[in-house]
Amino acid sequence: MGFGKGLEGLQHNFLTGNLESVVKWARRNSMWPATFGLACCAIEMMATGASHYDLSRFGMEVFRASPRQADLMIVAGRVSQKMAPVLRQVYDQMMEPKWVISMGVCASTGGMFNNYALVQGVDQVVPVDVYAPGCPPNPQTLLHSILTLHELVRTGEIVSRRQGGGGAEVHVAQQPQGDQRVTVVRPPVHVGTPR
Amino acid sequence: MTSIRYPGAATSEGAQELSARGQMTAGELLRESGSVLRMSEAAAAEQADRAPGDQETMIINMGPQHPSTHGVLRLMLELEGETVLRSKPIVGYLHTGMEKTGEDLTYLQGPTNVTRMDYAAPLFNELVFSLATEALLQVEIPPRATWIRMLMTELNRIASHFLFLATNGLDLGAISMILYGWRERDLVLQFFEKTTGLRMNHNYIRPGGVAADLPDGWRDDVLRILDALPARLQEYDELMTGQPIWRARTQGVGVLTAEEAIALGATGPILRASGVPWDLRRDIPYLAYEEVDFNVVVGTYGDVFDRYAIRLNEIRESIGLVRQILDRIPRGDYRVQNKKVTPPPRARIDESMEALIHHFKIFTEGFKVPEGEVYVAVESPRGELGCYLVSDGSAKPYRMHIRGPSFVNLQTLPHMLRGGLIADAVAVISSVDPIMGEVDR
Repeated sequence: MGFGKGLEGLQHNFLTGNLESVVKWARRNSMWPATFGLACCAIEMMATGASHYDLSRFGMEVFRASPRQADLMIVAGRVSQKMAPVLRQVYDQMMEPKWVISMGVCASTGGMFNNYALVQGVDQVVPVDVYAPGCPPNPQTLLHSILTLHELVRTGEIVSRRQGGGGAEVHVAQQPQGDQRVTVVRPPVHVGTPR
Repeated sequence: MTSIRYPGAATSEGAQELSARGQMTAGELLRESGSVLRMSEAAAAEQADRAPGDQETMIINMGPQHPSTHGVLRLMLELEGETVLRSKPIVGYLHTGMEKTGEDLTYLQGPTNVTRMDYAAPLFNELVFSLATEALLQVEIPPRATWIRMLMTELNRIASHFLFLATNGLDLGAISMILYGWRERDLVLQFFEKTTGLRMNHNYIRPGGVAADLPDGWRDDVLRILDALPARLQEYDELMTGQPIWRARTQGVGVLTAEEAIALGATGPILRASGVPWDLRRDIPYLAYEEVDFNVVVGTYGDVFDRYAIRLNEIRESIGLVRQILDRIPRGDYRVQNKKVTPPPRARIDESMEALIHHFKIFTEGFKVPEGEVYVAVESPRGELGCYLVSDGSAKPYRMHIRGPSFVNLQTLPHMLRGGLIADAVAVISSVDPIMGEVDR
């Protein structure tokens, strides 16, 4: 039993309950993105990592060049038919647990380029957890989608892959309501979280 | 590990990948070296004679997912030890079909499409498309629109060169440069956001003028940027230009002579670094560049350092240009008052039925453009950015082709990498500053 299942099978007691919280907390606060810049959105992704927007506030400033060291793949830009197998291979090389943010309308739906060259939505290739709208999404939008993903990870909504292999599929433009995925429960561990 | 078969790996011109020496006939090798390296057949034959055997060389793949290939450039390198013998850039990983999409969009929608090509300098794409459309329409845009275009594109040049300085520093290990470069670039982008509504991909320059007038207080905003930058550029000089490590890493690396640069069709900072003073703003002036005063920055050695220094100093020239534009920008209309091209103002739509119909027709059907073909070129931060338009008299281009400077400059890579060390390959790729969106389009 690895942490990949997030200790789900255990009946929770005082010890394991808190251990799982610590694991989720750690995953959330040191989520390392893979450098997967494709097009325009990559420039905004780099801007998000730079000094003004400062991704390191969320423990994410280390963009890993090697997918094996990365937890999060931000698909930043349009995915061409030629790039799709490469993208899938990079995704397969990442270790579980792993998450995907589809950044921008081109990655999410093909955007304004409805033609022969582009994959009409990266969710045809990899499971997507959060969709960020915009062309390109400005750094605030990307930060919002990252924080949305953090919240999903912290509350244990997407500790492991779903049965069908799909992602969480949250569209950050639509705020989740009521019973939906981002349930705000008081975190049992408070260790200097930035929120 | 199973290897993935990439679709379309073979083209009508042969395989995309670099083949091993043993798998190629001498003639093929000769043809490849000759065509890529622009050598005479005799020189290529001489090189083939001295070539090492298959056992001593190794072919490695770099990219398309590699942090220092500036996007999705894929490079195949043949190495002997650490020396690069042959290299081959493989492009197409960002092919978006924009030229084809452009045939489906009206001339008014065209800038939306082309602005996403060179996404580090989006306003230049819009400018060249708009200039080409206006040349076909034979409309004269008002002076204020011309000067607004100059102002915005010069600011864009500054932002684009900061992007280069940031990534070039990062690639060569000056990690703090990415923070500094982005800090300065953000100053400009915030002004763009205020003016156009977006930080990138503005769709601001359109056929017939610009989308909106400059916002209130724009002059103070621009002056604030211009006042902040010179001190920051001084910091760059201290951090990189005069620093021995930086110089050792860049000087004499990736040398391209003037003849080679011209033969390979390089333009922009790559060509100027090798000592050719060719700048379209001065040599084939467009907009109102005849009326302003600026220097064309030229290098001497054509190495990575020259290309860096040219871009750094072009920022200074652009600051001077923007100051002149601030002094001379006239009042007046920001778009041409030609009923055929210009939609009626928003206020008139509320009172006049005809204005509403006119507005509706311009945005649904577009305006018809006379038959003909035209080629217009501007000096983008990467070189000669050209737009070739063919019109069949309808409201959409029959054919749109963009001459992307990144694409042409990319073919200097095999030449500059040859005989160099693999560690210098990163420096050379970075100094070409290719934007893959423009290469693959």
